[in-house]
Amino acid sequence: MSDEFMRAWAERIRTASERGVSLCIRGGGSKDFYGNAPAGEVFDTANHAGIVAYEPTELVLTARCGTRLTEIEQALAAKGQMLAFEPPHFGANATIGGCVAAGLSGPRRASAGACRDHVLGVRLMDGRGRSLAFGGQVMKNVAGYDVSRVIAGSLGTLGVILEVSLKVVPLPERERTIVRPMTQAEAIDALSWLAGRSYPVSASAWVDEALYLRLSGAERVLAPAAGALGGDTLDDSEALAFWLGVREQQSPFFANANSLWRLSIRPTEEPIPLPGTWMLEWHGALRWLRTDASEDEVRESARRAGGHATLFRSADSSAAAFTRPGATELGIMKGVKEALDPHGIFNPGRLYPDF
Amino acid sequence: MTMLKVAVIDRARQTEVARALRRVLPESSVLFNEEDTRPFECDGLTAYRQLPMVVVTPETEQQAANVLKICHAMQVPVVPRGAGTGLSGGALPHGEGVLLSMARFMKVLAVDPLARTAKVQPGVRNTVVSQVAGPFGLYYAPDPSSQIACTIGGNVAENSGGVHCLKYGLTLHNVLRVRGLTAAGEIVEFGSDALDSPGYDLLALTIGSEGLLVVVTEVTLRLLPRPAVARVLMASFDDAERAGNAVAAVIAAGIIPAGLEMMDRAAILAVEEFAHAGYDTDAAAVLLCESDGTEEEVGEEIRKVTGVLEREGASRIVVSHDEAERLRIWSGRKAAFPAVGRISPDYYCMDGTIPRSRLGEVLRFIAGLQEKYGLRCPNVFHAGDGNLHPLILFDANDPDQLARTEAFAAEVLEKCVAVGGTITGEHGVGVEKIDQMCAQFGADELDVFHRLKRAFDPAGVLNPGKAVPTLARCAEYGGMHVHRGALPFPDLPRF
Repeated sequence: MSDEFMRAWAERIRTASERGVSLCIRGGGSKDFYGNAPAGEVFDTANHAGIVAYEPTELVLTARCGTRLTEIEQALAAKGQMLAFEPPHFGANATIGGCVAAGLSGPRRASAGACRDHVLGVRLMDGRGRSLAFGGQVMKNVAGYDVSRVIAGSLGTLGVILEVSLKVVPLPERERTIVRPMTQAEAIDALSWLAGRSYPVSASAWVDEALYLRLSGAERVLAPAAGALGGDTLDDSEALAFWLGVREQQSPFFANANSLWRLSIRPTEEPIPLPGTWMLEWHGALRWLRTDASEDEVRESARRAGGHATLFRSADSSAAAFTRPGATELGIMKGVKEALDPHGIFNPGRLYPDF
Repeated sequence: MTMLKVAVIDRARQTEVARALRRVLPESSVLFNEEDTRPFECDGLTAYRQLPMVVVTPETEQQAANVLKICHAMQVPVVPRGAGTGLSGGALPHGEGVLLSMARFMKVLAVDPLARTAKVQPGVRNTVVSQVAGPFGLYYAPDPSSQIACTIGGNVAENSGGVHCLKYGLTLHNVLRVRGLTAAGEIVEFGSDALDSPGYDLLALTIGSEGLLVVVTEVTLRLLPRPAVARVLMASFDDAERAGNAVAAVIAAGIIPAGLEMMDRAAILAVEEFAHAGYDTDAAAVLLCESDGTEEEVGEEIRKVTGVLEREGASRIVVSHDEAERLRIWSGRKAAFPAVGRISPDYYCMDGTIPRSRLGEVLRFIAGLQEKYGLRCPNVFHAGDGNLHPLILFDANDPDQLARTEAFAAEVLEKCVAVGGTITGEHGVGVEKIDQMCAQFGADELDVFHRLKRAFDPAGVLNPGKAVPTLARCAEYGGMHVHRGALPFPDLPRF
């Protein structure tokens, strides 16, 4: 994309800052539902697209913000690689900028790490219209504060992601999914036990009274592991559809009409006594809940379980999505916001109503 | 590395500050006599020394908070310190400041074998975590080579790596939660027992912040199951560049080994004489490739790696048969720094990281600099992640050698930036590489760093003058380099 294009973006941002105009940064719009309701003039990033650099032996891919996630995944697959954190798309238009801004990770997160763990660098346009480069294209880099990883999950509130460099990993040679019926409590015990051992489990999900485990690796590794763990093996196509359904929230569990809560908690926590239906991921550390329980009840339960709750999908668009941090931590977050967006023009209120 | 002026201690101020600190600390925890403060005058980067005005050694979070509150109110700079093993001068004392030693925070607070976490105080040494996790079949993956001495608090401050971070990540990837104190002495918690937290990822910002943002008082670490088997493969090459290409070929084959290290001939010779690890002293370069996992996984991976390295022209391949042999092979790599210390009065260790594909080019560049400056420079690398540790050999008693070493190092680091890498992969900026930060970042990024610092520490009392240079300093540094005829920085705005 030309320098002229960047100058135009910078100009628009500076003007918005001067006039106090809010900008709603938007790539494919696939995650409009996530977080508090978007507000402001749409700042469309979809046209700033394309893979800038991809060298498979470096395990790094750099792409412009508007690049479709599907395009990136295809380019990686062609070289036998993938995004390790298995990001959800939530729509065919999903872009890499939106993916990193949302900071969400899919089923493989439990074994491979989160979106933020794989962000090596970003180029960002801040609220002063400056193009800034943080991090880089190398795995190890401790020069300067790790701003690029703070951008992951910041929901576009700190600036416009122009480009992002991600660590990529080899595709596993083979995958095999096994399923065993069990209760939620049994699944939590089984997952805690498993996670402390060297089985090649890349993803886990408990839903409808059954535990699904996805094993990844060389066939010579998978066969003995699957044998030791027991259970039924799903057909490859059935397994693919299952994990896609989990990642994209298309499986029947997500069709329920109640509010969808995302509880990120201590993995070993016993089943949480809240009404509704549950689905577990990430070896028990991520729990989806369909419920009509009150916001306070859900947030308090998550807090007691060592984590936090997010109202992920709800009919009520005015309900707060995220749990508020402590006052000191929130004060620092406000300072971080002001450092990059002093006039508060980027996605105001999307994360917290305060900024 | 540019020598700093040594500050003279202001005795009146010292008495005033020590008296205030003694109101919140036992007498034995406030040190200001020279014989007591002298041991704290430097960290692992011994070329820089400065006596601290006062040293405090609190034992509780409350005491540490009180120290910070007093220093904040009196506008006294505070430099946090763990074991003092850092290699970039991050814990170099401030002549008008308090050195806050966290070494007495030595408790392992809890190990949760089911959740696979360890909650520890910051003064706990890195190896201790794996020792206490061991009985549960678990361990803590990041293993900086100073791991028997360095502390978890220091690891958090530096985002320490080690030889296994290609597969298991840096400190950042293995810390779930940090509890700490702001410069004003307020308690903060970033992260939790869960895998993520709401709001901005202040945990990521804190890890690697070199003691500029918070003082760490408690850390929750992620533990991993100890792999059933680990084996190391040692491959010889008669050409260093070919060895570099072989590293890229291993990655291209879809293999992420647990460790992938390289040493050049000068390093091999120094190590072999010191550690007798059985290295091939005829080789121009040696690769060490570790595989870990189940018996099946390791067998499969070693088979694949052997195939790749043979195709890439390895002249000799040895695979460890048992744990004793594996440890012997690693003992050489882990002894690389002390081994080099034996063949030269002093050495200067660099820490640049480069894209793997530029390894050959950077090796040739370093070889050229050895001739240009008349100094030897053995190389050890974390080759898998492109992290170089060239060791420039010099004699610090010879001012000319020291000056040549500094110029040599500056050129190497700037080359790392020029090929798309970074000036520091794991040792941190500290005071040592603060000028090279001006080559790594432009004025706008540095401005953001200063603003972020203010979000945590508006008064600027935590570890001032480290890690992030002022714009004025960069302008001066740029000028100095033009004067020496070395790389100018055309992108750097002048102030």
